[in-house]
Amino acid sequence: MSQVSHALPTRPSVSLAPTQAVTLRINGQDHLLQIAPWTTLLDALREYLDLTGTKKGCDHGQCGACTVLINGKRINSCLSLAVMQQGEEITTIEGLGTEEQLHPLQQAFIDHDAFQCGYCTPGQICSAVGLISEGRARTEDEVRELMSGNLCRCGAYTNILNAVMEVVRNELKTGS
Amino acid sequence: MSQTIATSPSIHLGTDYIGKPTSRVDGPAKVTGAAKYAAEFNVPGLLYGYIVSSPIAKGKITKIHAEPVLTLPGVVRVFSHENVPSLAWFDRSYKDDVAPGGSPFRPLHEPKIRFSQQPVALVVADTFELARYAASVLEIEYETEAHDTDLETKRDNGYEPARGKLGWVPPPPPRGNSNDAYHNAPHQHEAEYIHLAQHSNPMEMFATTVEWLNDGQKMNIFDKTQGAYNVQSYITKVFGLSKEEARVISKYTGGGFGSGLRPQHQVFLAVLAALDLQRSVRVSLTRQQMFSLGHRPHTLQYLKLAADDNGALAAVQHAALAETSRFEDFTENVVNWSGMLYQCENVKLDYQLAEIDANSPIDMRAPGAATGSFALESAMDELAYKVGIDPLEFRLLNYADRDQNLKKPFSSKKLRECYHQGAAKFGWDKRTPKPRSMREGNWLIGYGMATGVWDATQLNASAKACFDADGRLTVSSASNDIGTGTYTIMTQIAAQTLGLPLEAVTFVLGDTNLPEAPVQGGSMTAATVGTAVQAVCRAIGEKLLKLAQQMADSPLKGANFEDVQFVNGQIRRNEDTKQSVVIRDILPAAGEAQVEAETSTLPDLLKQSHYSLHSHNAVFAEVKVDEDLGTVHVTRVVNAVAAGRILNPKTARSQVLGSVVWGISMALMEESMMDHGFGRYMNHNLAEYHIPVNADIHNIEVILVEEEDDIVNPLGVKGIGEIGLLGVAAAIANAVFHATGKRVRNLPVSIDKLV
Ligand code: FES
Ligand code: FES
Repeated sequence: MSQVSHALPTRPSVSLAPTQAVTLRINGQDHLLQIAPWTTLLDALREYLDLTGTKKGCDHGQCGACTVLINGKRINSCLSLAVMQQGEEITTIEGLGTEEQLHPLQQAFIDHDAFQCGYCTPGQICSAVGLISEGRARTEDEVRELMSGNLCRCGAYTNILNAVMEVVRNELKTGS
Repeated sequence: MSQTIATSPSIHLGTDYIGKPTSRVDGPAKVTGAAKYAAEFNVPGLLYGYIVSSPIAKGKITKIHAEPVLTLPGVVRVFSHENVPSLAWFDRSYKDDVAPGGSPFRPLHEPKIRFSQQPVALVVADTFELARYAASVLEIEYETEAHDTDLETKRDNGYEPARGKLGWVPPPPPRGNSNDAYHNAPHQHEAEYIHLAQHSNPMEMFATTVEWLNDGQKMNIFDKTQGAYNVQSYITKVFGLSKEEARVISKYTGGGFGSGLRPQHQVFLAVLAALDLQRSVRVSLTRQQMFSLGHRPHTLQYLKLAADDNGALAAVQHAALAETSRFEDFTENVVNWSGMLYQCENVKLDYQLAEIDANSPIDMRAPGAATGSFALESAMDELAYKVGIDPLEFRLLNYADRDQNLKKPFSSKKLRECYHQGAAKFGWDKRTPKPRSMREGNWLIGYGMATGVWDATQLNASAKACFDADGRLTVSSASNDIGTGTYTIMTQIAAQTLGLPLEAVTFVLGDTNLPEAPVQGGSMTAATVGTAVQAVCRAIGEKLLKLAQQMADSPLKGANFEDVQFVNGQIRRNEDTKQSVVIRDILPAAGEAQVEAETSTLPDLLKQSHYSLHSHNAVFAEVKVDEDLGTVHVTRVVNAVAAGRILNPKTARSQVLGSVVWGISMALMEESMMDHGFGRYMNHNLAEYHIPVNADIHNIEVILVEEEDDIVNPLGVKGIGEIGLLGVAAAIANAVFHATGKRVRNLPVSIDKLV
């Protein structure tokens, strides 16, 4: 038998960093928050702004469920602190479309049954929006590869590919 | 005949929805982020609980230094075994509907540590950030005891479980003389097949938000679960609450795969804190803590198969040894399938458990069968090679027309059609039998196939329906939709039964204020809840017919319910469909605001008792293996499934596609690696616990083989959530053998086993 001790070898200090004011521009609207500096962008959205469309699947940058767009570029919002995104244009799934007026990718996901439980879906869609604006993906293999930062445990990959390809093809048609 | 599946928006003419590809009715909510999962109810005044997990696998807590943490401004309470109020005393209060035999784990009940990552404390604070920080600095002292987490050392310590959980069937007694038959047969094969523990890891992590309602002691418990009623019954028994005090709500569940069948410890902890603090509380697990939940158990299987020169199976012996915890006998049906899938007179099946210092396993998609089918179907492939017969031919030769375990015929079994349609679509005839005989440049090509079988089950369920004067139908039952399509198929069934447009129907689920339905698992929801929904809509139909007959000059006067049909918004006479009444006109004419009905349905056990009820599938896989690097790509899979009537080919296909991804994952990637030194899963995160990404998935084709069955249930459905997974891992391992000549019997088939 042996004794082990969990956590810090010494007692924790009781001092905490104070909260601070942070302004985030999300889906075209400014939001003023008073939060601890270590609050992630993901938690700021979900816990402080009730923008729960952005999902948490790991909190460690390993699953893509938390994907949002910063100035049009896709990032994992769990890997960014909210304070780092002041002054940037943040777009979340709520900013892409509504149930009455769906974004073409949202419509394509429904048409192709590109989800089951729906938990990875907002991240997949935001990621696909970012992917299309990157202009790098034209073929199925490219889309598969460049959508591989977004895990789907339900295994909807075949239909996700088809949904994204439909929109990619339309973009290529109208864009060129 | 296979069904064609449209992936374009579904266009319907009329109100015949059953069997038509229909887009998910919950789709718009899911793609816009409007669908709310358990951790997303941001009720006012919410507190956050963060779980502290044990770093040791066995021993006890000797001291919890809560005081320094409690001085942090905003930290509200530290719950541990030291201060949890006395709760229910008896084990039976902690037993949920699907608990295995034994004593369920009680969170924060005692200082004893039974498994690594066991929850030992809950730190509650004003914000999530603070709770997480405070939990990280909470100092806890432990006294360790030697643990044992290695099933490999327990080969001689197995025991036959005396008690099992709902749905567990002990192996049937031996038939014939399998020892003699094995020894006398000209072709024999024996080998051991192994996989380590696997974790379901649904994308949504387990979470509960308890909303404290100020009118009395009432709570709304938003929980991630596969069974709202199961959670409610557990919570009310453990905390001594009435059902009114603990309403459980679960409208959207971000995947379950079995992990949500039992109430998990976060719901216990959230309710405990809410009751004590009289506040709303949220508790979410981290991804690392998701590995503290149950898992598919590490299982060792020994197969002995023998055949005569014509390829007829002479003997089948299948023995399994699976891990369980020290406190519960987790049981699943691993070996029984080997006594029913093929015709054989000499069979011996054994199933044993051995205890290790880990949490109890839990059902994980196609529990038991996924394990057993990998071993049996790999062994069948190996024996086919020894006899010198094509593996598909070998299976057709030994096709079972009766279930020899139960000594009953099958209610329906279109497995032959699965074989034929699957083989034709795949191009099985292009396979050259010799291993390493097919290649493209540096790629070794392999074709493999395998078979699967799963139960068709119907349980009791209730449903309620309300049709109102503006023509809207609302149907409800406390079932769940973990991604399976329940919302959609129930809407289809209701709309078609009453001849209403899909848009006029709303199906509501996941709430203990609704009529009771069992947990969503075992592929039984379509049959169980579907039957109740159809019955309650018929009850509404009968009421509407009566009212329609009271209308002035009603063309339906004197008609019985059987004489009419509900189609395209009308009730019509069967023999003259022009004699009709518009359904929307009935309630306004009668001066009624609505009609309501509630119905319970149960399986027709008498009718079913003469038959064996199962779904089947045949899987064909193509792999390409890099000869130098050993990397395996599953380039094509054809999965032909016979699962009774298909209610919605669009969502059913997705279930099978997902199952194939699971099969590829099981074959090539998944394993929870136990570090026996620490007694802990060391790859407990999504970067190191591998599951497929989009680039890993190539061409998958699903064939939904037509199968009629009027015995399983009135709808003729068998369920499709698990059958598609069966056979996939074996088909891939068999294809890898065909490609490389290397037989991997220890999953996953990783590069190191091939080079
Ligand atoms: S939650 Fe951010 S990557 Fe998983
Ligand atoms: S739809 Fe469930 S995880 Fe992707």
